[in-house]
Amino acid sequence: MPKDGGIGASVVRREDTRFLKGKGRYTDDMNRPGQTYAYILRSSLAHATLNNVDTAAASAAPGVIRVFTGEDITAAGLGGVPCGWQITDKHGDPMKEPLHPILAVGKVRHVGDPIAVVVAETYEQARDAAELIDVDMTDLPAVVNMRTAETSGHQVHEEAPDNVCYDWELGDKEGTDAAFANAHHITTLEFINNRLVANPMEPRCALGDYDENDEHYTLYTTSQNPHVIRLLMGAFVLNIPEHKLRVYAPDVGGGFGSKIYHYAEEAFVTWASKQIRRPVKWTADRSEAFISDAHGRDHVTKAELAMDAEGKFLGLRADTYANMGAYLSTFAPCVPTWLHATLLAGQYTTPMVHARVRAMFTNTVPVDAYRGAGRPEATYLLERIINKAAQEIGLDQAEIRRRNFIRTFPYDTPVALQYDTGDYDATLNAVMETADYAGFEARRAEAASRGKLRGIGLSCYIEACGIAPSALVGALGARAGLYEAATIRVNPTGSVSVMTGAHSHGQGHETTFAQVVSDALGIPADQIEIIHGDTDKIPFGMGTYGSRSLAVGGSAIVKAVDKVVAKGKKIAAHLLEAAESDIIFEDGQYKVAGTDKAKAFAEISLAAYVPHNYPIDEIEPGLEETAFYDPKNFTYPAGSYLCEVEVDPETGKVEIVAMTASDDFGNIVNPMIVEGQVHGGLAQGIGQALLENCAYDEHGQLVSGSFMDYAMPLAVDLPNFVVETVEGTPCTHNPLGVKGCGEAGAIGSPPALINAVVDAIKGYGIDHIDMPATSLNVWTTIQNASAKQAAE
Amino acid sequence: MAKITMTVNGKEHSGEAEGRTLLVDFIRGELGLTGTHVGCDTSQCGACVVHVNGESVKSCSVFAQACDGAQIATIEGVQNNDGTLNVLQAAFQEHHGLQCGFCTPGMVMSASELLKVNAAPSEAEIREWLKGNICRCTGYHNIVKAVQSAAATMAGAAQAAE
Repeated sequence: MPKDGGIGASVVRREDTRFLKGKGRYTDDMNRPGQTYAYILRSSLAHATLNNVDTAAASAAPGVIRVFTGEDITAAGLGGVPCGWQITDKHGDPMKEPLHPILAVGKVRHVGDPIAVVVAETYEQARDAAELIDVDMTDLPAVVNMRTAETSGHQVHEEAPDNVCYDWELGDKEGTDAAFANAHHITTLEFINNRLVANPMEPRCALGDYDENDEHYTLYTTSQNPHVIRLLMGAFVLNIPEHKLRVYAPDVGGGFGSKIYHYAEEAFVTWASKQIRRPVKWTADRSEAFISDAHGRDHVTKAELAMDAEGKFLGLRADTYANMGAYLSTFAPCVPTWLHATLLAGQYTTPMVHARVRAMFTNTVPVDAYRGAGRPEATYLLERIINKAAQEIGLDQAEIRRRNFIRTFPYDTPVALQYDTGDYDATLNAVMETADYAGFEARRAEAASRGKLRGIGLSCYIEACGIAPSALVGALGARAGLYEAATIRVNPTGSVSVMTGAHSHGQGHETTFAQVVSDALGIPADQIEIIHGDTDKIPFGMGTYGSRSLAVGGSAIVKAVDKVVAKGKKIAAHLLEAAESDIIFEDGQYKVAGTDKAKAFAEISLAAYVPHNYPIDEIEPGLEETAFYDPKNFTYPAGSYLCEVEVDPETGKVEIVAMTASDDFGNIVNPMIVEGQVHGGLAQGIGQALLENCAYDEHGQLVSGSFMDYAMPLAVDLPNFVVETVEGTPCTHNPLGVKGCGEAGAIGSPPALINAVVDAIKGYGIDHIDMPATSLNVWTTIQNASAKQAAE
Repeated sequence: MAKITMTVNGKEHSGEAEGRTLLVDFIRGELGLTGTHVGCDTSQCGACVVHVNGESVKSCSVFAQACDGAQIATIEGVQNNDGTLNVLQAAFQEHHGLQCGFCTPGMVMSASELLKVNAAPSEAEIREWLKGNICRCTGYHNIVKAVQSAAATMAGAAQAAE
C-alpha cells in the first residue's frame, strides 16, 4: 500500500482549488501599470512580395502609440526566431535554415505571417488602427502540397531551391533491401498523417515589461519552458543577457507542445516595451492562434513491410515527406527524424529498418511537435501496416504481433535506440482480457443483425520519453542540453520549498512532485510547496514536453533530496554524537542505527539555520541543495490499445463502442492523474483519427481556421474510456523507475481506431482509410469500394 | 461609452463600456474578475460561460450594455460562504475533472445550470448539455463523472433534509 499522500496514492490535486474558484493566474490575467496593447496585422495571402507597408494613417489614429513594421526590426538589428535543432542530411550537409524574421520583410510566406504591429492605449484602438494600415503586396504562387513542392517551380525560400529543408535517412539501406529481396510477402501502405492544430484552450499571450532603472526586462508568457525562452530569445533574438531578463510563465492553460516554442510575439513585446518605455501586452484570439501557433503532424508516407511465410517481420522501409511549413519552428527538424524514424522498430524484432525523410518548406504555418511528436506518426505507420499485413496473409491482428514481440532486454533496435525494459505480452494480454477480444465475433454478428458494421482494432505502441542524454542529443543536432534541475530549500522550521525546472500546464506537478518529496523526506505533503515557471525563482530548467517531467524533473528532485539527506546525516551525527555511517534516515527521522536515538527532520533543519551546536568546521550552515539530472537514456513506456467501433453503412458514421487502454508506465506516483493523462491523450488521438483536420486550399488559405470549421472533440463525440495500467516494468535507469504517461493516449489510439474502422468495412474490399474517418470519408470510401466490387 | 451597472455575485458594480464591449471583456477588464476566460472568438468553447439572470450564457456573445441592470453570477461567486468548494466544485476536484483549469470555470457554470434544470442527468444528457464547452485536457470522462457525482451528493443531501 502506498504511504498516505506519498508515492502511489491518488491524491486529489492541490492546484484545483484555485482553478475551481476562478483564481487561476494565467498570463492574460496579468496586467502591469501603464500597460499598452499590441494588435498584429497578419498576412491574408500565403505567398506575396511585400512592396510597401504604409502606416501613416494608423500612426495618427486615436490612442496609437507606435506602429512597428519589419523595417523597424531590421533597423534595430534583431535576430530572427531561432531554431533549436539542426539536422544533418544524408550527404552530411546541414539542413537549410532560412531567416525567420520577427516581422515579415520583403515577402510574406504564410497566411498569418506578421506584417505590422500597432501598439495603443487599448486593444480596441490597436485593432481599429490596424485596419488603416495600407499593405501593398504582389501575390505569388503558393507552395502548398509538400508532395509536389520539389517540382512546383516556386520557392518558399531562395536558400532552398527545391523547397527541401533536408533529405535525411536512418538505418541500413542495403541490409533492408536485401531483407526485402528474400521476403515471402511484402505489404505496402501509402497514407497521410493528417495535419492538426494543438488548440490548448488558453490562447497564447505575452506581456513584455522593461524597467529602465535596472535595464531589466520581464516577459510574462504562455510557455511550457520559460528558461528555454529566456535562452533562445535573450541570446539569439534580442541580445539580452540572462541576468537582465526574467521569463515568467504562470498558470498555463494547456500546451500539448504548441507552447514549447519561442514565438516572434514574445520577442516583439519584450523589445517593444523598451522602445516605448511601457509594458506591451499581446493576446491571441482563437482565429489568430490557428494561423500563428505551430501546427502538428502532417506527414505523407509510403511504407513497406517484408515478412517471411510465418508472418515474421524481416524488414521495414519508410519514405516520408514531412511538412515544416514556411519557417523552422524551435524543434521542428527533429520531430520527423530523431523522434519518428527511431521509433520504427516499435515493439518488434524487425532486424532491418530503413527510413528516409524529406522535410519540405511550404507556404503554410510552421509545423512542430504536438502531443507525441513523431512517435504518433511512427506508431500509426507501424500499427496500420501490420494490420494490413495481417489482413493480407490471413493472420489474426494480435497473433501477428505476438510472433514479432521483443522479449529480451536490453534490446538494441536497428534504428539507434536501446530499450531498457518492457513486457509487451503483459499489456496485450491485459487489454484483450479487459476488452473481451475473444467475444468480439459474437458482438460483430449481433451488430450485423441491426444493420451495423462492427470492427475491432488493435495497436501496440512504444514511445521514447524524457529525450536524453544531453551528449547524445547534442550529437544528433540539439542546440540545448536535455537535463533537468531542481532545488530543495529546507526552511528553518522544516517546511520545504521545491524549485523545479519542469513546468505544469495541466499535469498536476504541484501535487505529484509534493508526493515524491513527501515520500522521500517523510514529512506531510502540506509542508511542501512546488515552485515552477519563473526564471527568477528556479535555478534552471528545460521545461515540460515529451512526457519528461517526472522521469527527468522528478529525478532531479530525488537527487537534490538525496543531497539534503546526506548533509542532514552529517548534522545529525554531530548532534547525536554518532558516526555519520551509523545514521540512517527513515520516516522523517535521522536515527542512530540499532539505538532509539533520533532527531526529527525539522530538528536538523533548525540546527542547520541556528548552528549553535554544529559541525561548522566540516559543513556550512543552511540546508538547501540543487541537483541537475541528465538521464542515461530515454524511457520506454509501452502499451496495447483496443478500439471497437460500429459503422453505419448508410451514413458512414463511426461510433466508438469501446476504447480500452492498457499501459506500462513503470512505477506510478499518482494513479488518478496518470489515468487523467491517458484520458486526455485518448481524446486527442480520437480527435485526430475521427474528427480533426487542418486543411489548406490550393492557394494556401487555411480552410479550417476556427472552431466552426476545425472539429474539436466535444463531450458528445467521445465515449467513456477504460484505462488500466499493468504491474509494469520500472525504468531501469532513473531513481523513480517512472517512464512518462503524457503522450501515450495520443500515440496508441489513432491506429487502434482506424484499424477498427477498416476491420468494420473490410467486407467491401477496403484495406485502408485515411484519417480523419469522418462520416463523409467513410461513406465515400464505402461507396467507391462498392462501385468497384460491382464492376468486378 | 456608457455607464452601466450590474449586480455581480450579489454585489453591485458600475463601470464604463463602449457599445461594442462584450460582457466577458467588461467582467475581466472593467471588473477585474479574471476567472471567466476567453478561449475562442466564435462562441464555441464556452470558457466564458456566466449566469445572466439565472441562466447560463456565453458572455462573449452578449454586449455589456445589454446587461445593464442584470444579475450576473461568475465562477468567483460559486464557492460556499466559508470559502470552501461547493458540491459541484468539490466533485470536479475529487474526480479529477480538470487539468489545466482554463475551461473549468465555464464547465462549472454550465454544469451548475444543468443540475438546476435536471437533478439526475444521465451520462448522455450530461454530454449533450456540455457540448458547448470544449475541454482539450480531460477527454470529458472525468467531467461527466464529476457532474454525476455532484448530482448524487445533492440528491442525498435533499433526501436527508426531507
